[in-house]
Amino acid sequence: MSREESQKKKVFDAEAASFLMKELRGNVGSGTTRSYEWRVSQMKALLKLMDENEDHIVDALRSDLDKPPLETVVYEVGMLRNSCEVVLKELKHWMMPEKVKTAIATFPSSAEIVPEPLGVVLVISAWNYPFLLSLDPVVGAIAAGNAVVLKPSEISPATSSLLAKLLEKYMDNSFIRVVEGEVDETTALLQQKWDKIFYTGNGRVGRIVMTAAAKHLTPVVLELGGKSPVVVDSNVNLQVTARRIISGKWGLNNGQACISPDYVITTKNYAPKLVDALKTELENSYGKSPLESKDLSRIVNSNHFARLTKLLDDAKVSGKIVYGGEKDESKLRIAPTLLLDVPRDSLIMGEEIFGPLLPIITVNKLEESIDVINSGTKPLAAYLFTTDNKFKEQFVKTVSAGGMLVNDTALHLVVHTLPFGGVGDSGTGAYHGKFSFDAFTHKKAVLYRSFMGDASIRYPPYTNTKLRLMKALIGGGILNIIRALLGRS
Amino acid sequence: METELNHMREYYEGGYTKEASWREAQLKGLRSFIIEKQEDIMNALLQDLGKHQVEAFRDEIGTLMKTLNLALKNLKKWMSAKKAELPKIALLTSAEIVPEPFGLVLIISSWNFPFGLSLEPVIGAVAAGNTVVLKPSELSPACSSVLASGLATYLDHKAIKVIQGGPQETQQLLHQRWDKIFFTGSAHVGRIVMSAAVNHLTPVTLELGGKCPAVVDSLSSSWDIEVAVKRIAVGKFGTCAGQACIAIDYVIVEKEYCSKLVELLKVWIKKMFGENPKHTKTISRIVNKHHFFRLKNLLADAKVNESVVYGGSMDEQDLFIEPTILVDPPLEASIMTEEIFGPLLPIITVGKIEDSIKFLRSRPKPLALYVFTKSQTLQRRILSETSSGSLTFNDAILQYAADTLPFGGVGESGFGMYHGKFSFDTFSHHKAIVRRSFLTDFWYRYPPWTLNKLQLLEVSYNYDYLGLLLVVLGLKKPSNRRHF
Repeated sequence: MSREESQKKKVFDAEAASFLMKELRGNVGSGTTRSYEWRVSQMKALLKLMDENEDHIVDALRSDLDKPPLETVVYEVGMLRNSCEVVLKELKHWMMPEKVKTAIATFPSSAEIVPEPLGVVLVISAWNYPFLLSLDPVVGAIAAGNAVVLKPSEISPATSSLLAKLLEKYMDNSFIRVVEGEVDETTALLQQKWDKIFYTGNGRVGRIVMTAAAKHLTPVVLELGGKSPVVVDSNVNLQVTARRIISGKWGLNNGQACISPDYVITTKNYAPKLVDALKTELENSYGKSPLESKDLSRIVNSNHFARLTKLLDDAKVSGKIVYGGEKDESKLRIAPTLLLDVPRDSLIMGEEIFGPLLPIITVNKLEESIDVINSGTKPLAAYLFTTDNKFKEQFVKTVSAGGMLVNDTALHLVVHTLPFGGVGDSGTGAYHGKFSFDAFTHKKAVLYRSFMGDASIRYPPYTNTKLRLMKALIGGGILNIIRALLGRS
Repeated sequence: METELNHMREYYEGGYTKEASWREAQLKGLRSFIIEKQEDIMNALLQDLGKHQVEAFRDEIGTLMKTLNLALKNLKKWMSAKKAELPKIALLTSAEIVPEPFGLVLIISSWNFPFGLSLEPVIGAVAAGNTVVLKPSELSPACSSVLASGLATYLDHKAIKVIQGGPQETQQLLHQRWDKIFFTGSAHVGRIVMSAAVNHLTPVTLELGGKCPAVVDSLSSSWDIEVAVKRIAVGKFGTCAGQACIAIDYVIVEKEYCSKLVELLKVWIKKMFGENPKHTKTISRIVNKHHFFRLKNLLADAKVNESVVYGGSMDEQDLFIEPTILVDPPLEASIMTEEIFGPLLPIITVGKIEDSIKFLRSRPKPLALYVFTKSQTLQRRILSETSSGSLTFNDAILQYAADTLPFGGVGESGFGMYHGKFSFDTFSHHKAIVRRSFLTDFWYRYPPWTLNKLQLLEVSYNYDYLGLLLVVLGLKKPSNRRHF
């Protein structure tokens, strides 16, 4: 094999990670990434990458997840395109120092907040939206002027390898690299001192990332998950509600999305109506044999298939399946499944489902749903369907979640003027739009003072007059200042 | 301890701390505490650190008053939801960002500005509606005690508690579940705090330190030079005797101007701190014997000792160290590799002042960088070629008092920020909320998927309204997509 090939075959170990870091730090020192032109060129390169390779991206996602082409084009490619366009439109504005007012405490002075790149950052991505969740943070990192190493998920290998190939071809390799691999490679990367680590995935690995970061005092963004609840009131447009729940659940990678509705809470009385509506709309969307529907992703791998099967096989939920439940292990497919009245201590209610199973819990009064949600960890998203304004406001006020939608699901992902991130167990930090830029930026406080206007009250020797004057200045009011000067306060 | 914290959580869940009236009451309570107990506060600072009352007011009491007034004035504004702009296609939809408290937060403070560094974060935390446990430093016990009794008296003790103690109590606290941890202190302990926070995925803010350099350019006007020297002197020796995270750690100056700088520093040190600083009591004490000996040892090295050009006298009994100046101690010596945190001022000389940039870049990013210069070129270069938590031109320390500037580190000096509204934000979760109506429902969101639907989705997500119209009317040609 050629020298390049043998080099590629080399294991990415601690030494390789250290070498990579040294190289990137050296390159960053040149100042290239700080220029507006460089950042714009990389955005344009990414857009070109997408324009010329959409088919390959669709194929990779079909290989990894059997993802319907429309989902790939709209959610993975379309959203990333949007992110790039937003950067191209707004970057100049984001890069500008923000002048801030100064007060009497520092008078006379002028001040500004100057955004600067953090340096060399690490993005660790997930397997469910392997294209988007890899490149959306990378867009933020580049927009903010950093060098970035991307570690895509090995659980979506076709996309991982496509990303490695395409980024090498289209992007500036002096500053943007992809490292493929599994636990060993990730561990090697995590041993290095990064200026920021951006991780998308689950809480278990999130803790590993944060532990590694703590050794180097590296700030992190953790985009995790949780059980995103959907509360459904009885005063809603049931057809639209059902469609929107379906769209956010099975329409997003067949439930394998961090913001997919995880479970539903509704009243005992209303549950049968909701179930019927869901059944009708599910059939409208996916036909009579959804297991074969081309409009649904498959389960990513046999591990997750087994995990989901276990949730369905749990003795506590047998007999609770009211729709679906069909499985095809050879094709790693599970049909959209509804479960009604699952017990709170069942397996399916104990962990994030991340699959096409939708349990429905019933309560006597809808207000109880708030207690149900608050008794668990804070989710990444919470959804409420209601036309009762009072309940709406109570919900918004008392339920804590990364983000919330009233009368829809998942859409906030698309609004780039909203911060996308978790709270508590669902994560820390946020991104999208300017929040991506900010996530990879250090906001440097800059204070300009002149040698004029030197207040001697600051300096020793300390006297009572100086103390009086200081008090007057803080207390405010010109009268107090005059009094202090005249020695009268 | 766990029971106590559970009660606090229950209290938080009751929703009281979310009310604006509750938060206002706490802020007013803090203000009353500082005004009414000012004497106790100043006495405690004198006892723990030998801090002069003017310094105490200037650096702690005065700044806290300023912050409290600001918070009271702006609280409602800070608490209000911010509307987020939506694309026009989002008919009958509203989006906003609403700040909400995290819940139960832990604030671990430091000994050098025990009131300021405890209460500035507490102000942010209560303004944001959280319940708070404050762990003040055991190295400033008198202040710790005043804080404990003061907060219990003036604030809602069910929501705000002071837990005193040493490393053991801190460890115990770190084992509990917090919704946020705010730490001020050393990098070493910062690592311990962040590692402990991993267990519950608790977000942290770390306000650490580092060696804050002051780059001093040649200044032509004698007035400017004098002001610069005064600001350097007070930025080092006049700020808790150099025991401050943003105190000037060392100076960089061109070889040519070094002796002039040293001479002027000597003059102004005498003017500010008297001929016998130990007796004039204008300079703070070293906090304890451990730090006293740490500082003494910094001068133990022969080569370092040789470089002392002024001061150097120490009194173990009084924990007093005289303002001391060194010129060009060896760069490998501890005094140039560790944060000094004391009244020893090394001056490093360079050939040209621009050489300082390379010097700074080869070292960890400091919490604050000070540059005394009138050269706009040098200002621009340092601004864009170096990184630090903050950058101040022609002064030192003062940036601490600017509410509109974020106060925090980068790299080794920490992450996160506070002061002014940044304090409120640092203790808030910014929740995104989108409200939709049932009326606007686009059929192309739902499967079964067709090329037509794909086109419609594409144009809507790219906010191409004209495109949307054309596709709906069947006037836009389908693009060549083979996967359909």
